[in-house]
This record gives sequence, structure tokens and C-alpha cells, in this order.
Amino acid sequence: MIRRLLYAIPTLLGISVIVFMLTRLSPGDPVRLFTFGSVTITEDDIRQLRAFYGLDQPLPVQYVNWMLGVLRGDFGMSLQYHKPALGLLLERLPATLQLALAALLLQLLIGVPLGVYAALKRGSWVDNAIRLFGVVGHAVPTFWIGLLAIILFAVTLRVLPSQGLLTVGKDQSDIIDRLRHIILPAFVLALAGIANYSRYLRTETLDVIAQDFVRTAHAKGLRNRTVVFTHALRNALIPMVTALGGLLAVLVSGSLIVEQIFTWPGAGQFTYAAARVKDYPVIMAGVMLGSTLLVVSYLIRDVLYAVVDPRIKAR
Amino acid sequence: MPAIVPLRRASAGLWSNAWYRLRRDRLTVAASAVLLALMMLSIAAPLLSAYVFGMSFEEQSLLKAYAAPTLDPPGYLLGSDEVGRSQVVRLFYGGQVSLFVGFVGMFMNFTIGVGLGLVAGFFRGFIDDAITWFITTLNSIPLIFLLILITTLFTPGAVTLTIIIGVLFWTGITNFVRGQTFALREREFVTAARTVGASNARIMFRHILPNVLPLIFVLAAIDVGTIILAESALSYLGLGIMPPTPSWGNMLTNASSYFNRAWWLVVSPGVMVFLTVLCLYLIGDGLRDALDPRLKGAD
Repeated sequence: MIRRLLYAIPTLLGISVIVFMLTRLSPGDPVRLFTFGSVTITEDDIRQLRAFYGLDQPLPVQYVNWMLGVLRGDFGMSLQYHKPALGLLLERLPATLQLALAALLLQLLIGVPLGVYAALKRGSWVDNAIRLFGVVGHAVPTFWIGLLAIILFAVTLRVLPSQGLLTVGKDQSDIIDRLRHIILPAFVLALAGIANYSRYLRTETLDVIAQDFVRTAHAKGLRNRTVVFTHALRNALIPMVTALGGLLAVLVSGSLIVEQIFTWPGAGQFTYAAARVKDYPVIMAGVMLGSTLLVVSYLIRDVLYAVVDPRIKAR
Repeated sequence: MPAIVPLRRASAGLWSNAWYRLRRDRLTVAASAVLLALMMLSIAAPLLSAYVFGMSFEEQSLLKAYAAPTLDPPGYLLGSDEVGRSQVVRLFYGGQVSLFVGFVGMFMNFTIGVGLGLVAGFFRGFIDDAITWFITTLNSIPLIFLLILITTLFTPGAVTLTIIIGVLFWTGITNFVRGQTFALREREFVTAARTVGASNARIMFRHILPNVLPLIFVLAAIDVGTIILAESALSYLGLGIMPPTPSWGNMLTNASSYFNRAWWLVVSPGVMVFLTVLCLYLIGDGLRDALDPRLKGAD
């Protein structure tokens, strides 16, 4: 497990190189950009400014300097707020995690039973309906479903709020109000995952229930429920843990879009807002934060994998 | 979906068998037909706007803003937007952009993905480690975040956006090809080819690639769908295709603020994206079933 943890380091280093190189590859010299239109500035001033910000040094040196800052949590100041970029993002991270975890919970609680149920009722109309949902839910654009959900539930039916964490002016600890606010964004964010999990679980369950040990369990006279839950499901879940990786990536990416649509004050929405005004330190910090989140989720997935499948530990 | 279609004729090659099964898979045939129709309508957008709808995609008419869907004039078949432009004409032009980005981006992914996958799986060792490390790294950056960073830096048009997507979305294809190549290079026919003196390149492209190819088409169909979804999301966020060029995504950006007055503006672009992507995914599923009937009904 520690080795796995060490593997995460070159990955994070690679990400930092990609992020850094991208911003340096972009056209335009930042010093000239910020001093553009200034009449009094001389070539000498520009040279001095470049030296001040370290822009005259070779790229690898610039990268190492930037990276040393990043390791101390220093991504530079937000150009818009004049506060540390990372701090601004971290303030908004809890909201993002709240939304992502709620969505993940919904995905597992709805997607897994749907898939298993479809496999058990193979060929019935329920199975067909779940399979149809598996394709449709995957193909529908998240942001569009979000817009439609707002129009239907928040504007037309007026049953659920569509914006923010909680009603303005209400008590922070009003759980009911918070829950009401999270329902729409969490469901919209969860939709693609629910569809995917139901597909995976159906395939895997079908695979497992065709195997000998399931027949043996039935032959022993075990109840159907016991066979499904303790014998089949546990084995069907193993390959799904692998699939979890890609789905977590979709979740982190999707959270940015969903946060934007539902004006959910999270780190994703903040990064997007920074992108609109080209606030580079915040965007870079946002990309690094999102990636770190993903790398950590991959680690958790691998731990889970060892828990579900003890054979992995031996390796 | 129907049960396994038994072959009622002498066995033939993989492709003709697959084609035979595909033609009998009604869902896939229907999806292909819808997709083909959408492509034709998009390609014919200039003709349709001139001769059928009588409006160009830029033609504004402020007096007729938010027109409800009507047949009179035919240009307002799906209503008009906030400056009185024809929604239906803009949808077809938007289709040109989305399908272009989707298919050209897919070809780029395909080229990079298959190439790297073959090389990594065939040579293994250091090259494989390097490619695998790069894929792990790329997969650890949430795509939308990465795309947002890149699009803020470069402010793309349709072609730039295609290239950006084309060099970013290939990791799934590489992983698949790499895994298959791993297994295939140990098979007897590869050893046989080597004993008669075939070069590495020849083994990779003439012996291994044809065995990997069929299922790559499945991935390709799904890839186009994924790209179109990503493009529409980016354009919706104002970071992809920029107005005045219509795209399904950026048509929704404005529409979402006017849905009280014109809900149809929110519905139609989304339906177009959904329909296109759905058809592509269904075709992907159908292709897989046709190419590998053992999997039929398993998914």
C-alpha cells in the first residue's frame, strides 16, 4: 500500500509539469500584457520587471521555483481578489465535497440495486427498461438535464430551490433547508453514474450467477436472497471497483458543470469563474486541486479493491 | 433487444458475419438511420436554409424575437431566438460544428491511441512504462478542468478545439489496444510471422492490428459521442465554440436565461445533442454485439 502511495508522486509531478508548461506555452508575455498601453514604461523597466518575477530565467528554473511554492501551498495571489489562490479554493472545497459525496451515495444506492435487479429479472420488461435507462442516462448532457430540472422543479412546480447551498437569511444549521438545496444538483450530478453503475452491475451479476459456486449455493438449499447478497453481489462488485476510477473522474469533472448551473459555491464553480476573467493562479490551483482530489480517490479505490478482493493483497 | 441471431448460412469472414448480424439488429439499424439523417441535414444546412427555410443562420429580426414554433414562415419551424434568428437553421449549422469536432477529434484520438497502444503493448519494458505513466497522469487531471485551463489560454475556434480534444481523449483507446497487443504478441501466429523474418512494424500493423481493429470501432463510436458531449458542455460554459458560430452548446447558454419566454429554445439544442450521442452509443453497443456475439446480452 505504501508503494502504491509512492506511485502517486510521479503522477502529481507529471500533472504539475503539464499545468505549468501549458500556462507558459500560451501566447503573450505577461509583463507586456499588464503594462500594455503604459506610455512611460521603458524597455529597461520591462527587463527589470521580468527579472523581478523571474521570467528571464530558463523554463526549468522557473518550474522549480513555482513548484517549491506549490509544495508550500503557495500558488500565488489571485489576480482578482488579491488573496492566496489556494486559500480561496480551499474555503469552497467543503461545498464541492458535500455535493460529490451526495452524488456518489446516490449513484451507489440507486445504480447498484438497479443493475442487480435487472440481471435477476433478465429479459423481462423491467430489465429492458433499466437497460434503456443505462444508455439514455449516459448519453444525456449533464448541463441540459440540469437546466430542464431547474425549469421543471424550481420554476414551474416551485417545489425545490435551484440555487446555492441554503436559503439566504436562514439559519446555517437548518438541515432540512440544506437537504432541499442539495437534492436537484446531487441527482443531476449522479445521473450519468447511476446509468453506468446499473450497466456494470447488470453485466457482472449475469456473469457471476452463471458460475458454478452460485449453483452450488442454490443446491445447498440456501435462500435466494442469501445467494444473491452474500455470494453473487460480493463477487460482482469486484470488477466494478476498477470501473470506479473512470466514474470518479466523471464525478469531479461533472461537479464543475453542475456547480455552475446550480450556482453551488464550490471549488469547481470558483475555478470556472476564474477562467472567465483569466485569473491564472486560481485556475492553476483549481486544476491541481481537482487532480489531487482525483489521485486521492484513486488511492481510496485501490484500498477498497484490496478489501473487496483479498487476493490483491498477496501481490 | 432480440436474442442471439442464429446464422442461417455457411460461415463467412468476421466482417461479413458481423454485417449480417448488424443488419438484423433493428435498434442499431434505426440508430444508424437517425444519425445518418442528422448528418445529412447538417451537411445540407446551407441548402436547406436557402431553399427550404429561406433564412440564413445570422439573419435577425428583432420584431420577431421569441416566436413560438410555427410553419409560417417555415424558418420558424422550431421558433426563433432572442434576436429573431431561425432556431431550426441554427440547429443544423450547429450540427456541422458538433459532428465535425466529434468525428475529426475521434480520428486524431484513434491515430494517437492505436499507435501508442500498439507500441506500448508490443515493445513493453521502458516504452510501456513511460506511456502508462503518461496515461495515468493524464487520467488524473479531471478533463473539464484541463479543458478549461487550455481554452482560457488559447480561446479556440472549431479547428483548435478539435485539435485540443483530439490530443486529449485517446487514453481509453490506448489502454484497450495495449492490453490486446499484450496478449496477441504471445500467440503462435506472431511467432510464425517472426520466424519467416517479418519486421516489428509488419508484425504490429499486418498481424496484430487486424485482430484488435474490430472492437476499436466500438470504442470509436463511443468516443465520438463523448467528444460531442464535452464540446457541447464547453460551448455552453462559453469556453468552446464562440458565438456567432452556432453550436448546440452555445445556443443553450443564452436560451437558459430566456426559458420563461421561450422554453423551446432550451429543449431543441439539448435534444439534438442527446439524440446524436444516444445514436452513437447504441451503434457502439450494436457493433460490439455483432462483432463479438459471445458478449450478446451480457451487457
